[in-house]
Formats: sequence, C-alpha cells, structure tokens
Amino acid sequence: MSPNTRRVLSVLGILAVLVAVWEGYKWMGTATGGVWPGTGVELPVRTNERSMPHTWDVVIALLRPARRGGDMLLLVLLKAALFTWRSALLGFVLGSAVGFGLGVLFVRSALAERGLMPHVVASQTVPILAIAPILVVWAGRLNVTRWLVVAVVSAYLAFFPVAINTLRGLRSPDATASELMRSYAATPNQVLWKLQVPAALPYLFPALKIAATASIIGAIVGELPASMPDGLGRAILNFAAAFSAAPAKLFASILVASLVGIGFVGVVVLAERMLIPPSRRLEDLEAAGPRGRDLKEVVA
Amino acid sequence: MSALSLSGVGKVFNPGSDQEVRAVHGIDLEVGRGEFVSVIGPSGCGKSTLLRLIGDLTPPSAGTVSVNGKTPARARLDRDYGMVFQSATLLDWRKVAANVELPLEIMGMGEAERSRQAAAMLDLVQLGRFAGHYPWQLSGGMQQRVAIARALAFKPSILLMDEPFGALDEMTRERMQAELLRIRAETGTTVVFVTHSIPEAVFLSTRVVIMSSRPGTITEVVDIDLPEPRSYETREDRRFFDLLTKVREGLRAVEAS
Ligand SMILES: Nc1ncnc2c1ncn2[C@@H]1O[C@H](COP(=O)(O)OP(=O)(O)O)[C@@H](O)[C@H]1O
Ligand SMILES: [Mg+2]
Repeated sequence: MSPNTRRVLSVLGILAVLVAVWEGYKWMGTATGGVWPGTGVELPVRTNERSMPHTWDVVIALLRPARRGGDMLLLVLLKAALFTWRSALLGFVLGSAVGFGLGVLFVRSALAERGLMPHVVASQTVPILAIAPILVVWAGRLNVTRWLVVAVVSAYLAFFPVAINTLRGLRSPDATASELMRSYAATPNQVLWKLQVPAALPYLFPALKIAATASIIGAIVGELPASMPDGLGRAILNFAAAFSAAPAKLFASILVASLVGIGFVGVVVLAERMLIPPSRRLEDLEAAGPRGRDLKEVVA
Repeated sequence: MSALSLSGVGKVFNPGSDQEVRAVHGIDLEVGRGEFVSVIGPSGCGKSTLLRLIGDLTPPSAGTVSVNGKTPARARLDRDYGMVFQSATLLDWRKVAANVELPLEIMGMGEAERSRQAAAMLDLVQLGRFAGHYPWQLSGGMQQRVAIARALAFKPSILLMDEPFGALDEMTRERMQAELLRIRAETGTTVVFVTHSIPEAVFLSTRVVIMSSRPGTITEVVDIDLPEPRSYETREDRRFFDLLTKVREGLRAVEAS
C-alpha cells in the first residue's frame, strides 16, 4: 500500500470513527432517555434532533434547497465560501507579504526587532472581533470596496505566524555560513537572497499553512461587522440564529467552512511539495520551535 | 613582501567586563608566499582566533595584521582569502557545482565562466563526477573536498583552514592531506592551517607554529625541512619521526607550564 493510499485511508477511518461516536452517543442517549446508562446522571449534551441531528441529516440538508424553492444548500454555501475565499486569498497574500517583510526587517535590524516585536505579539492578543469593526468603519470613510476591507482583517491574522517563522528561518544558517559569506565579501542583499531566504523556505511553509487557516477565520469574522450579505460569515450567522429550528443547516455550513480551510491548506502543501525537496521539509512540529520538538518526542 | 605579516597582535574578548578573555597576545609572525604554516597548540589557546584575526572575521585589540601588504579588511574585499572550517558548511539546497559557484556568483562572474571554473575546481579535488549531486548525498570527506574546491574557486592567494580534517577518520584524513599538498603544488596558494594533530602538522607544513594558552602566544616555530614532494614515504622517513618528537616536546613544554 502506498503511503498516500494509507494516508487517505487513515483520514477516512478517523472520519468513520467520529461519525460512529456521534451516532453511538445519540443512540445511547435516546435509549436511556438522556442519562448515562445505569445512573441518573444527565448527559452533557442532549441527544434530541435539535441538539444533535443525525450525521446523514446534515448531508441530506446539504442536498435540499436552502429555502423553499431556492438553490440547493450546498450550492448556496459553496457560493458563499467562494466569496469568502476571495477575501481570504487576498488577506493571505497580503498578510504573508507583510509577515515576510517584517521577518526580513527584524533580521536586518535588532533595533526594529526590539521596538516592533512586542507590538507584533500584542497585535495578536487583541480579539479580532474588536479590530474588525474598527477597520470596517475606517475603510468605510475611504470608500474602499468592502471585500477588500475583509481581506485586511484576514491579513491581520495571517501575517503573524509568517513573520515569526520567517525570522526563525532567516536566522537558521549557522555562524560558519555567515562567515563564509563575509569572506566572499558578499553584500547584505546577497547574504539575504543567497543564504538566508533559501534557508528560511522550509520554515516558511508551516507558517503559510497556519496563515491559510487563519486567513479564512479572519475573513469570516471580518464579514460580520462589514455586514457582507454574500459570504460564509453571514450564512453562519443566519443558520446560528435558526439553529433550534434547523440545526442540520448550521452543521452543514461548519462542514463547508472547514472544507474550504482544508482545501486552502492543501494548496499550500502542494506548493511546498513542488518547491521544497523532501530532504529539506520540516515537520510542522519541529518548525514550531523547541516546544514543538518536545511535543514530537512525546508523540514519538 | 610577505604574504602575511603579524606584529604584536593581541585579542581580548569582552574587554573590561568580568567575562574578559585574553585570547591571543603578542603574536609576531611572517609567512612567505607559497608557505604552508601549521598552527598547533592546546585547545582554547587561540588558534581559531588567530585565524579569524587574519581573515578579518574579528578585529584585533592590539598590533597590526598585514596581508599582501594590505589591511585584512582590504584583503577580504579583494577576495584574497579562501576559508575552510571543520564543518564543510555546504548549502544543502544547492547541488555540488552550485555550491562551488557560490563565491563566483557573489563576485559577479558570468554564468558560463562560472560553471567552467567550478568544473575545473571540482576536477582539482577529483569530484567532477559529483557535480550534479546534493551535498547530503556525499560522504564527510567528499563534502570537505567540495568545501576546499569552493574555497579555491576564486583563486585566493591565502587559504585559511581551521581543523578542516578534524572530523574525518584516519584513512580519509591521510588521503585528504596528500590531496591538499597536490592542490597546493598546482595552485601555489599560501596556507595557514590549524590542527591538533602533530603528524598532520609535520607532514603538511614548511613550518609549524606552536602556541601556548593563557594568554595564547607563540612559544616555538619549528622548520620542517622534509624533502618535497611529500609522499607516503615521507611518513616513514627518520627525519619525519625526529620532527614529530621535536613538535611533541615543544607542545609538552607548553602544557607543563
Ligand atoms: N567570540 C568570543 N567571545 C568570547 N570569548 C571567545 C570568543 N571566541 C573565542 N573565545 C575564547 O578565546 C579563547 C581562544 O579560543 P579559540 O581561538 O577558539 O581557541 P582554539 O581554536 O585554539 O581552541 C577561548 O578561551 C575562547 O573561549
Ligand atoms: Mg578552534
């Protein structure tokens, strides 16, 4: 069996287990009337159709019209996803470029790193939910198309992992390599492009994977204060409001949103496969730093 | 004009702090064109620091270094130095030939000339067949030969080598030593070579510089008047053993003090 077949099978296997757990829990709750078997202790989550629709009902909901006489829910969600993805893609590109630029700036100037790094870190502790409306209002004055504003919110989340890992990667060549470059009388730009950037590429891709998912989240959250009617953000909000009446629809939109994220990460993984030979690919945990390496040892 | 001239050279790291280290002190040394000078001494005595002072990787705290009559900084910008360290430090995303071409790329040589030059250097270290391999596909000894080819690529007038064969096994090491002598005979490059192996120093050098530690300073310079070219027989020569003894005694005196 090829490693790829094995990977697909294991993903499908785990999906099957999750479905089985969901359905098993639901079946048990229905059988016992909502308590742990043999006890009077209530289950943490109710198992009725309102709280936990059958997995197949979620799939069926996807194939039914979203509203009477309208398009199939799947189609509606995919359209919304495509719309959101446009902002997310721009946010991803923008955020990655800014992150990369910051990494380069920091490796060049210790002063810039000391001065800016705390702000960069702080930027990520501010809830995006608070940042998004501010950006939307500011941009509203400037008469910028709203989906571009959403892209900026998305970039706000995407730039951070890229900046951190770019810096790590640019610093990764050992001192001897830098001294060799010095002995060749290389200019700072030559050191950057011939030594530091190529050395940073393996560190960059794990960050881009994180940035890809972050940019989707940023776009979905950004759509809410921008009151964009067409994206996944609005769709999720609508289905959340109607959750108790039609729970399967909310689960269906979660499913689609996560598929979009997975698809986006998949594109990055493909790019990594094409650009980085296997011998230079970093395990994601390793690229996450010393803590990641510890984790890896625990896992192994 | 000698290739290298050091007078009263000293280096203090972190001066004035409580981590002050007097790494080397009062070094006087003249190295003629085409000479092969080895530096040997106890670990931590400042051999690498001495090499780094010559190569303008760190500035001296005292004294003057002159390279081909120039300051080390000028000599570095003129690309007078080729450097080889204990680890080959090849860039693993570049194939062997591209690694050798790196210094040439940086000096702005055209593509055709560059690849011709890299091919010639790889032939010199007898790795022409491996031009298209990646560094990790080569053994440690082969990687170090690529590093030597790279250091020689822009035809530097001085080769600075810091324990370049230190990580190799004895057999590979002796082969590399013979190879280095052949390369030097072909190129006429001046070599300053740091090692902690007495036979290596004696076999390769025209002179062996013995250093003591704390502060790192030159205690003795031994002329190696073995017949040229050196070969396998050199290692069996009586004179070779006498010189080994002489260097060993010089080192023992240093370590006893
Ligand atoms: N960058 C540095 N900062 C502080 N101390 C250093 C530095 N480089 C070397 N030293 C110290 O200088 C001394 C000589 O080091 P080094 O030249 O590497 O010795 P060797 O190569 O002979 O083993 C050592 O005590 C070492 O700890
Ligand atoms: Mg050393």
